[in-house]
Amino acid sequence: MSEAAVMHPDVEAAESPLTPESWGKLGMWVFLAGDAMSFGGLIVGYGILRHASSNWPVPSHVLGINLTAFMTFLLICSSVTMVLALSAIQSNDRKGFRKFLLLTILGGLAFLGCQAYEWTHLITERLPEVGLSFTTHLFAATFFVLTGFHGMHVTGGVIYNICVLIACLRGRYGAKHVEIAGLYWHFVDLVWILIFTFVYLL
Amino acid sequence: MADAHKEPNYIGVFWWLLALTILEIAVIYMPMARMIIVILLVGMAMSKAALVGLYFMHLKFERVTLGLIALTPFFLCLFLILMLRPDIHP
Repeated sequence: MSEAAVMHPDVEAAESPLTPESWGKLGMWVFLAGDAMSFGGLIVGYGILRHASSNWPVPSHVLGINLTAFMTFLLICSSVTMVLALSAIQSNDRKGFRKFLLLTILGGLAFLGCQAYEWTHLITERLPEVGLSFTTHLFAATFFVLTGFHGMHVTGGVIYNICVLIACLRGRYGAKHVEIAGLYWHFVDLVWILIFTFVYLL
Repeated sequence: MADAHKEPNYIGVFWWLLALTILEIAVIYMPMARMIIVILLVGMAMSKAALVGLYFMHLKFERVTLGLIALTPFFLCLFLILMLRPDIHP
């Protein structure tokens, strides 16, 4: 790193194409496009296996949708608190920023808690009851792969948001870092919207 | 964001997302043909995804090329479905 870059950490080497305000934002968008292809491949694979199967159960009958609808509500709320956190830090409202980012983190943790409960309930009670073990039926296997892959993203997002919150409170990060973290968090919400429809409702 | 712009009505977007989620759940209990239910559910899911992308991720206010990067995986998934379609035998 050059001496100038060390002395002025906010100064970037040259203006980023597409996102003049930060290279990091362009990097996040490129990463998200790649990550979306991973999710897209999994969802398309799920759809094809389901379409080709003659004994695929009705997901809402097996999984139930009340808890998942609540989980969707949680993620939508946490997306709203994330944009409100960004809005607060952009207008130098440190207290509001701290409150909204903390609520976002809590929303993510609540989502993970609900998912842990759902998985436990499915593995120990519901799936054995309907004879759909995840080692013997593609329905359960694809369900756990998809929701597990998403759950890992939520876990990563919660850790990322905690790191951003700490760095902002120490004055090392600013609005542009929060915006980049927000992109990731909204992406996780967006993917869940699709999983909720394609895996639970359809 | 690419240019300074008026802040979107985030709470308004939240109410739209909530309303669409409630409608989605209502649709699966409606006595309609399966194909209509599928079209409605996919349409509502895409609308919700578009709301999140356009307003929460600020794509509406970014350069068009960035939007095209964001849409690339969607087109590749459609391509994947078309390529695999001949091999699907229900």
